Amino acid sequence: MASTLVIDKAAPTRKVKYGSMSRDRTWALRWSYFFLTLFAIFSLVPPLYMLITSLKSSAEISAATNPWWVFHPTLSNYVQLLTSNQFLTFFRNSAFVSIFVVTITMLISVPAAFALSRMRFWGSATLATGVFLTYLIPDTLLFLPLFKMFAVFGDWTGIQLINRWYVLLIIYPTLTVPFCTWIMIGYFASIPKELDEAAIIDGASWFQTLTRIFIPVALPGLIAATIFAFTVSWAQFLYPLVFTTSTDQLVLPVGIITTLIKGDVFNWGQIMTGALLGAAPPLIIYAFLMDYYIAGLTAGATKG
Amino acid sequence: MADVTLRKVIKRYDEVEAVRGIDLDIADHEFVVLVGPSGCGKSTTLRMIAGLEDITDGDIMIGGDVVNDVPPKDRDIAMVFQNYALYPHMTVAENMSFGLRLKHYPKAEIKSRVTEAARMLDITDLIDRKPKQLSGGQRQRVAMGRAIVRNPKVFLFDEPLSNLDAKLRVQMRIEIKKVHQKVRTTTVYVTHDQVEAMTLADRVVVMNHGRIEQIGTPNDLYHHPATRFVAGFIGSPAMNFIPCRLEDVGGKLHIRLTDRIAFPLPLARAVRYQNVARNEKLLLGIRPEHITEANAHPEPGVEAFDAVLDVTEPMGMETLIYFTLEGAQICGRVNPNAGAHDGGPLRLAVDLNNMHLLNEVSGVVL
Repeated sequence: MASTLVIDKAAPTRKVKYGSMSRDRTWALRWSYFFLTLFAIFSLVPPLYMLITSLKSSAEISAATNPWWVFHPTLSNYVQLLTSNQFLTFFRNSAFVSIFVVTITMLISVPAAFALSRMRFWGSATLATGVFLTYLIPDTLLFLPLFKMFAVFGDWTGIQLINRWYVLLIIYPTLTVPFCTWIMIGYFASIPKELDEAAIIDGASWFQTLTRIFIPVALPGLIAATIFAFTVSWAQFLYPLVFTTSTDQLVLPVGIITTLIKGDVFNWGQIMTGALLGAAPPLIIYAFLMDYYIAGLTAGATKG
Repeated sequence: MADVTLRKVIKRYDEVEAVRGIDLDIADHEFVVLVGPSGCGKSTTLRMIAGLEDITDGDIMIGGDVVNDVPPKDRDIAMVFQNYALYPHMTVAENMSFGLRLKHYPKAEIKSRVTEAARMLDITDLIDRKPKQLSGGQRQRVAMGRAIVRNPKVFLFDEPLSNLDAKLRVQMRIEIKKVHQKVRTTTVYVTHDQVEAMTLADRVVVMNHGRIEQIGTPNDLYHHPATRFVAGFIGSPAMNFIPCRLEDVGGKLHIRLTDRIAFPLPLARAVRYQNVARNEKLLLGIRPEHITEANAHPEPGVEAFDAVLDVTEPMGMETLIYFTLEGAQICGRVNPNAGAHDGGPLRLAVDLNNMHLLNEVSGVVL
């Protein structure tokens, strides 16, 4: 669709008139609004539908009425879910997993990115590329070998990790660490070399340079990486589906699917409610951090 | 405070030799400027003194101790960078006190040092601002303040004024000189600007291609350059170089510039150049201020000749004139009232008492 715009601009028959700059701008703005509106509708319709459905009773959902309107709004879905121990367990598991994974990821990827971007050592450039390449291997390829590894590990040591929620703390970082390391390498690389040289001369150790100069200066990048790690671990579906089976070990996305779909009976009202409640934490985190994130970005934009 | 000594210092990056064996003695309290074109190894030398670059060979001593393998933080030096390198998330006061805080100085001591340095640099009002709220000149002051509060043995400046506009540069130059007069810390200063080098330095080290061309006081370098590179690098407008040879005319030594122009040498110069081979290819080095309008009563050693000017540049207190001699463009400085105009003829005088004679091939000043 965007090519339409380009063709319009490049059309040889079009006369270049005085003030064509502002005309170009007007057209660019119109197209921008058009596509932005399209995109907004496209991305907002599903959550809206979820919200509408979550406010309906099962009877109304299955009734042949207008699906886009609630005739008898009820909060019963919310009440049932929020008072069910099962759902709260899923929520707690998800929260634990995400918070721990974010912590673990940051503890690994920030120092790793610092080392890879600043301490030039033999093979550091290759290693940096290698870190990113590991991220490109899809989890659908990895879950079987990983499962086998944990099974064998369990046989050898007697430590059973499969079907424990904390096994996810070992697995998720294989997704989050490479990408976050890569993001942080980029941010650290944008910090002028003189800044760490100044810190070194001021008497800072590598660790102090990292904690007192690099982390505060690259805070926007750190937040971006945190958001990414949180989103990945909160929304991860395949790994928890494979590695956890007992109801008390499930995380939210898997829990909703396995407990609210019984055979061929879909409890749509609660599924939608659960999905909506599940989407809330990342949304809240985005909302809070986004301001700070953008403020940090613009502050770092000027040389200083 | 300490002296700094470099002994046969070499820096090699893979196959490239950036610094090719430098010997340098910097006395306590001295202000030494390393100057040269980009890529001459001056910054590398400074960074090796700082400990930010390893040295490939040789020795660096600070205060008599060999510091080859001493990390930067233990060398007791402070450095000011070209792009200031202020910590963007800290206030001016925090920037200045960072080093002291890392060394766990008492709070009162830190405060008094920061206050004192801020007062000296006239940035007391800015102490709570972040670097991004400061102008270039103010940032440079903060960077200097950060160096001063540490009270180090040696100050290292890496082209600190290059990011400032011309007017501010002159102002900060004076500021740096004032600070050095107050604190008297041994200073090594790197610049590619020969004016900065001349105005700031106790001694100037001219570097080229990883080697030291000449070390001397600013006046020394200006009046007694050792090589063509130094002669051409120091001074603005640059020294003129005119192809020439020596010849004996009637028992007196003459310098011949063109078929038509030849001057008898003043006695002192004639004695000095007596043994130079007459057929050797030579260059006459003469500074623009020694080519002026001809005077009715010339002093001994001042010889007059006629020239047709290509271009004139009125500067106010003087006029720069440019003319061509044997394919070489020559610059002179004449009185604004001397009647110089573009394309016009002018009778000029060259002061051979201040001439330099160079070997064209080796570039050595004879």
